[in-house]
Amino acid sequence: MGKRIGMEVSIAAAEAVKQCNVDVISAYPITPQTHVVEHLSELVANGEMDAEFFCVESEHSALSVCVGSEATGARSFTCTSSQGLALMSEITYIASALRLPIVMIIANRALSGPISIWNDHSDVMSIRDCGWIQFFAENGQDVYDQVFCAYRLAEDKEVLLPVIINMDGFTLSHVIEPIELIDQEKIDQFLPAYKPVLSLHPDRPVTMGGIALPGIFTETKKAQEVAIQSSMPKILETWKAFGDMTGRYYNPVETYKTEDAETVFVIMGSYGETASVAVDMMREEGRSVGLIKLRLWRPFPFEEFKKATLGVKQLVVIDRAVSVGARGPVASEVKAALYGEDQRPMVYNFVAGLGGRDVAPQDFIKMVDKAEIEIEEGNKEGYEIYGVRE
Amino acid sequence: MTKPESEWTWKELPPGTTILEPGNACQYRTGDWKTLKPVLNKELCIHCGLCYIFCPDMSYALNPEGYFIVDLFYCKGCGICAKECPTGAITMVLEKEEEK
Repeated sequence: MGKRIGMEVSIAAAEAVKQCNVDVISAYPITPQTHVVEHLSELVANGEMDAEFFCVESEHSALSVCVGSEATGARSFTCTSSQGLALMSEITYIASALRLPIVMIIANRALSGPISIWNDHSDVMSIRDCGWIQFFAENGQDVYDQVFCAYRLAEDKEVLLPVIINMDGFTLSHVIEPIELIDQEKIDQFLPAYKPVLSLHPDRPVTMGGIALPGIFTETKKAQEVAIQSSMPKILETWKAFGDMTGRYYNPVETYKTEDAETVFVIMGSYGETASVAVDMMREEGRSVGLIKLRLWRPFPFEEFKKATLGVKQLVVIDRAVSVGARGPVASEVKAALYGEDQRPMVYNFVAGLGGRDVAPQDFIKMVDKAEIEIEEGNKEGYEIYGVRE
Repeated sequence: MTKPESEWTWKELPPGTTILEPGNACQYRTGDWKTLKPVLNKELCIHCGLCYIFCPDMSYALNPEGYFIVDLFYCKGCGICAKECPTGAITMVLEKEEEK
């Protein structure tokens, strides 16, 4: 077992990027992502990391540089939050369509307006359909570990897709946690040097980013959709290999005390840890409560999710964003995933923790109380923005 | 592309729809966009080459007899050559279905 040291999660993330021998870092500072790239710029400036660091003029350029560098076969990294991601959004679709295995950490922060620097998931939900593989990390160790998994997965010849690692802003990014660092030798074995399938080189001319007329555009989208759907075995394989190396096994859908549970939370990101405290408290009172943590958001793990919800009476889905005019996005997808099942749980949707609003274990207990009572009374469309002052 | 886009299946596309064959844009027939085609009256032509200079698609080329002749495989029928021709030697006429 490696050394566990207290470290700010953003610094741990940057150290992981360094350990991946990334060739190009292109970023524009934005809270709460800044510490990640600040630390990387120090590592490069101090000669501790052999990489090109591009200080660009915007996030649109940050990802554009990564698209260019990745297309030449250089392992590339960027990191952003909120408005930065919004400005970058145009290029996110291009990176995935070109099948460029860029890795990006998003320190999740609310989208304006009003202006908020604090955490929720509205930023990443705005690019939900951008075609990147998307992870949600639960704690600092998870963030650190996923960087290695992301590069290995993204660069697999059968995958070739960019990966987003979602890290809750402040609640993860700025918190000092014990992190078990992995020896460089192990990383070098786990993550081989990047060998692109296709790259830009004067000796082997190819065109990337051409136009597709109506006669072929649909075929390109079908190919992209199949590519991300069929990455699932590789995702499982990557996490299995990582687990074999470190003892830390990750899964697309993780369950906590769901065996025989009647009411089960569905949560993404760092709130999984808070909710698990609430589950423990309720279990002590003899209540039949469990927790599902969605680590993988794209491709959506339909089969794993259905399996995890078998026999569950009701799901309490916590959304950290609101699709204004259409309720919570996670709940909508959960309902869609379960629609074809003969035995499906009722779904109660809470939108909670917007713009950094704290959600304590007691709040999770209140949500279960309310959902159980209302579902018992016959409410099939339970939906609430939680904790609003009336 | 080595074959028309209508013959490609999604399974055959290279990753990222990367184009592996350089310089294949010349196989792209932009000529099927047009409704009007330019017709040259050689008796009025003064060989000035303005049609050649103004053509935005570089569809005009000099032939051995000294005339600039349009390549209808690429000509989109914009009519700029006819507009710029100082002697009115080029007229735009409706392209018939069988000529396409």
